Amino acid sequence: MNDPTTVYLDHAATTPMVPAAVEAMTAHLLEVGNPSSLHASGRRARRIVEESRETIAQALDCRPGEVVFTSGGTEADNLALKGVYWARRTAAPRRTRILTTAIEHHAVLDPLHWLARAEGAEVERLPVDGHGRLDVNALRRSVERDPGSVALISVMWANNEVGTLQPVDEVVAIAAEHGIPVHTDAVQAIGAVPVAFARSGVDALTLTGHKVGGPFGVGALVVRRELAVTPLVHGGGQERDIRSGTIDTPAIAGFAAAVELAVKQQAEHAARVSALRDDLVRRVIEVVPDAHLHGAPLSPGATGRLPGNAHLGFPGCEGDSLLMLLDARGIECSTGSACSAGVPQPSHVLLAMGCDDEQARHSLRFSLGHASTAADVDAVVEAIGPVVERARAARR
Amino acid sequence: MRVIAAMSGGVDSAVAAARAAEAGHDVTGIHLALSRNPASYRSGARGCCTIEDANDARRAADVIGIPFYVWDLSERFHEDVVEDFMDEYAAGRTPNPCLRCNEKIKFAAVLDRALGLGFDAVATGHYAQLRTGADGLVEMHRSVDHGKDQSYVLGVLDQEQLRHSLFPLGDSTKTAVRAEAAARGLLVADKPDSHDICFVADGDNAGWLREKLGDRAPNQGGAVVDESGAVVGTHTGTYAFTIGQRRGLRLGRPAPDGKPRFVLDIEPVSGTVTVGPRERLAVDRLTGIRPRWCGAAPTRLAGPGVTVQLRAHGDEHRAVVTATDSPDGPVVEVELLDPAYGIAPGQAAVIYDGTRVVGSATISATARVSAVQR
Repeated sequence: MNDPTTVYLDHAATTPMVPAAVEAMTAHLLEVGNPSSLHASGRRARRIVEESRETIAQALDCRPGEVVFTSGGTEADNLALKGVYWARRTAAPRRTRILTTAIEHHAVLDPLHWLARAEGAEVERLPVDGHGRLDVNALRRSVERDPGSVALISVMWANNEVGTLQPVDEVVAIAAEHGIPVHTDAVQAIGAVPVAFARSGVDALTLTGHKVGGPFGVGALVVRRELAVTPLVHGGGQERDIRSGTIDTPAIAGFAAAVELAVKQQAEHAARVSALRDDLVRRVIEVVPDAHLHGAPLSPGATGRLPGNAHLGFPGCEGDSLLMLLDARGIECSTGSACSAGVPQPSHVLLAMGCDDEQARHSLRFSLGHASTAADVDAVVEAIGPVVERARAARR
Repeated sequence: MRVIAAMSGGVDSAVAAARAAEAGHDVTGIHLALSRNPASYRSGARGCCTIEDANDARRAADVIGIPFYVWDLSERFHEDVVEDFMDEYAAGRTPNPCLRCNEKIKFAAVLDRALGLGFDAVATGHYAQLRTGADGLVEMHRSVDHGKDQSYVLGVLDQEQLRHSLFPLGDSTKTAVRAEAAARGLLVADKPDSHDICFVADGDNAGWLREKLGDRAPNQGGAVVDESGAVVGTHTGTYAFTIGQRRGLRLGRPAPDGKPRFVLDIEPVSGTVTVGPRERLAVDRLTGIRPRWCGAAPTRLAGPGVTVQLRAHGDEHRAVVTATDSPDGPVVEVELLDPAYGIAPGQAAVIYDGTRVVGSATISATARVSAVQR
């Protein structure tokens, strides 16, 4: 169980599972049956998977057949980028350009880096403004330079570090003029802001279970039936032959329950969490007057950033020191997206937003979510003064 | 006390952290990210390095039950240790980067940061002992495991640094530490010891220097001469040599007397390497600069227990040591009672009184005064 004394403000990294997801998942853990089997047990499992698919489709405004289950967000991103790139280049060899932003998650940047190195892709990482929002004009110029050579465009729905929402509708409008497919990593956006697949006009969308109160190890790529995707994983032909591998029935049931609940409660959740977040930002800056918010500004009814994201700079501090000192007081947050080795690197997102190395290193991300309370905010406000003072002393 | 345990990912620092925690200290483990090795396999997208060592250290911290973080000291390490290493070799000297790292990184940059963050001490897995002397000063002594003793590489620590250091392994043998690691369930128990310079991955110093120095190399080769000045061979860069070196000279023909030849002198400006017989390596006078004293600075040290050690795991040489001031700063003169061989400028002379470390200095010059006994 979670330690009740812990103040968990790292929901952008992962969220606690909601009871509805735990119930849905555990209900099927003891049941036998491979959804691909033809007998009664197989049919029962398959029914659970297909009902889950329909639940997710309804929540996200897509058709059930457009939901391809994966092991999570990273796999879904890899499938979208490599699968669509390969298919589009096969159809027309001169389509080798991939347009993206400079602030994508590594689950997008690293596959693109690999495609550039190993598969001849030309990846253009388009700039963002000081708030971390894609420069749409730069995208337009890049597309119009040679639309016929663009294999796909990938722009995240909302940035995981600073929470800035991206102009996906404008991206889709530009792409649609030239028939270029658009992928979006919406891992952080589902349940936080309204996300409707069909209405958005994107062709592929990544989501994952553990960011919305569901289990780890399960996610999906929502992908239009008309878009050809070359598989990454070959085998038994599950998931429309796009993603082979025995289907994880319990995890998918838990995933669907979490997505359904998160989308149903989105508006209420966003209102509650953004009020807590606004309170946190305001009171932290009262205590540490030179602290400042990165990303889109807060304003009443702000639509520019994720409701739970508070990304703050504390001049004169190392973010690592702040994190460690807060951790010692039971307050859990992040300096940015986690690196597997834990070796801190200045955030590519902040650098792309125009921060220098120093500014990039003195930042902390608090991400509130469904488990956050006013008491969590109080705890941060109480701790932040002495913690910042300590961290500054460590730099002298 | 609140203690930072520097955890390399090896067995020694893991057991040291475990012992510090068991002694009742509030211990936090850290792994120092020191490398920004561009050959790291992820170099294109992101410069994560020493992933395995960091993971081993993290697992050890999990088993011990202490918090764990990675501290990025790569810039400081590069400036203070790696650059110095290159400069010293380029100048024809032979530095010891481990001492430099202890002086500038582990017990300076890390310690300063730890103290600033509210910690009281830094614990490491070095084999050396700390005791409080009659005068209230902290004394550093050799480890009980003479074979593993690492007081030499700690000889650069001053009193202030020692007062904030913990060496929990100093009273143990390596064998006992390995057994204890296994008993504690630390999976690094049988991990091999590290010996080479950590930032020279394959242990090929000369190759590493050739690649890294590039245009900064003082020369790209020159003559190998004997003591008469006769050219006996060529080389591809003086930085690849160290005084006393015998292997890898690649001299075409043997010496007239048939005896092996050793590097006697390195002259980076002219690019000349001088070789000769072993007896010509004998020295009994050393001049040291940049002295570092563990306690009060001495003026003269003599007596049966006074020794100097001139390389890691090297012999103890009985000596008389005099510390003086010169216009260029403090100087240490060392008189060896018996000659030492193959001593290179840049090496550290660590001075002991019995098992106690008195201090150290960086050798700047060597000489031979007395006739050599053979």
